[in-house]
Amino acid sequence: MNDHLSGLGALLLQYDVLGAFWTNIQLTFWGALFALALGTLLALMRISPIVSLRWAGATYVSVFRNTPLTIIMTFMVMGVWTALQIQLADDFQNNFFRLAVVGLAVYHAAFVCEAIRSGVNTVPLGQAEAARAIGLSFLPAARLIILPQAFRGAIAPLGNTLIALLKNSTVAAAASVSWETSSTMKTMIEFNPNYLWEIFAVFAIGYVILVIPIGLLTTSLSRRLAVKR
Amino acid sequence: MSASVLFDAPGPRARVWTLVGNIVGALVVLAVAAWVLLQLDSKGQLEPGLWADAVSARTWQYYLIPGLINTLRAAAFAIVGSIAFGLVFGLGRLSHLAVVRRVSGTVVEFLRAVPVLLMMVFFYGLFGQLLPGAQDKAFLAVVVALILYNGSVIAELVRSGVGNLPRGQGEAGLAIGLTEGQTLRSIQLPQALVAMLPAMVSQVVVVLKDSALGQLIGYQELLRTGQIVYSGDGNPLQVLTVVAVVFILLNLLLTVVAHRLSRLLSSRTSGSTAAGPGIGNPTVVAGTPATGGTAPV
Repeated sequence: MNDHLSGLGALLLQYDVLGAFWTNIQLTFWGALFALALGTLLALMRISPIVSLRWAGATYVSVFRNTPLTIIMTFMVMGVWTALQIQLADDFQNNFFRLAVVGLAVYHAAFVCEAIRSGVNTVPLGQAEAARAIGLSFLPAARLIILPQAFRGAIAPLGNTLIALLKNSTVAAAASVSWETSSTMKTMIEFNPNYLWEIFAVFAIGYVILVIPIGLLTTSLSRRLAVKR
Repeated sequence: MSASVLFDAPGPRARVWTLVGNIVGALVVLAVAAWVLLQLDSKGQLEPGLWADAVSARTWQYYLIPGLINTLRAAAFAIVGSIAFGLVFGLGRLSHLAVVRRVSGTVVEFLRAVPVLLMMVFFYGLFGQLLPGAQDKAFLAVVVALILYNGSVIAELVRSGVGNLPRGQGEAGLAIGLTEGQTLRSIQLPQALVAMLPAMVSQVVVVLKDSALGQLIGYQELLRTGQIVYSGDGNPLQVLTVVAVVFILLNLLLTVVAHRLSRLLSSRTSGSTAAGPGIGNPTVVAGTPATGGTAPV
């Protein structure tokens, strides 16, 4: 039993488990940043009165929301890099990492867009009518009345999207980011099958530790900031 | 145009501006599309031969259709299993026994926090040890991992479905002398299940999309067979596009079904039958925000 435990300890030292988690955190951070930018742009397009932009935004969302992330990640390497020869960095590691970030961002931007849009939808029409009634024109009404309420309504769905993004960062394995958690776990299990349960427990608990605080934080934020109606 | 919360019904001047914006917007969209096509062309990716190989009868017959069948097979087993799992654990979370509630809650929260891919890799290793020589261990690993994750999402749907019913439903049950368990089983659950149906159909979309993760453990689903095609024909961009289109069409069909169901069933239950503004949109469980709640993206 003691041998078994010390064997597990040696195993954890042999493979860079913390480094693997750090990779996923970095993937999540950059993915979230770009997804938020692109998703906000898409949401603006979808709520604008301009039909052509609304249509373009809606098409983007239904295409990317319905495509498996695994295909998008594979496409980033096989389609964008191999077929189109678009390179995002000179060395292999950085190139694959950046391709994976782009893949994560374009996929999750569709969900960010829907989260923001659902936030706008939580604002009752009466708020806009009241803003116009007291003489506010479009920009002041949007800035002072509508958008502050919309952002507060969007916190919970945005938090859920962030958690999904963190978990989905494991799919970077399909974009050849072979030093992230799921690939590291796969290699560890392959070479140390007698530690199968322990290895899974380590990685699973790692994700629980990362996910639960984000969930608690966004839930409490969305409750604290919710507009009481 | 109907008034939205941001924009008032436009007057004559606003209508002119909207028209101008519309034309400019359309031109920008077309310019982006043209640029993408030009890029594809300059890299020789629009060669008719490459696309013809990706949609040839041989490709469909020997690779894509068998792959699609495997995808659908895994999704079908997974969705049936996750409904069973979700019912058991969803009711567990509503049990009047604190122990059952606590245990089901922990199991559900744990399974929702662990990435599906990690579970697939784990079960692939586990079945490799338990069933050496089994042909289908990749299939089993995909199905079990999908059941555990999506089952836990459906458990949350069951819980929020019951939670979102008007309180009078439960109170009426208790008032006519039913026990809490009887009220749950014969009054609240039937209405919650009808109300959940559209959201469950939306969850099938998540199952279908996640089944493509099976590719990473060697399950011969649609993406994997597509990869076999392009590693022979050298047309990854084209084949992946075809595979993605198949997934998109299937999922759009499911989304339409979910919305139809949502409208059809709204008169049959006192719960809300929202299809969930979408796949992976967490508002389906917005009624009862769970700690560590995750979106079924």
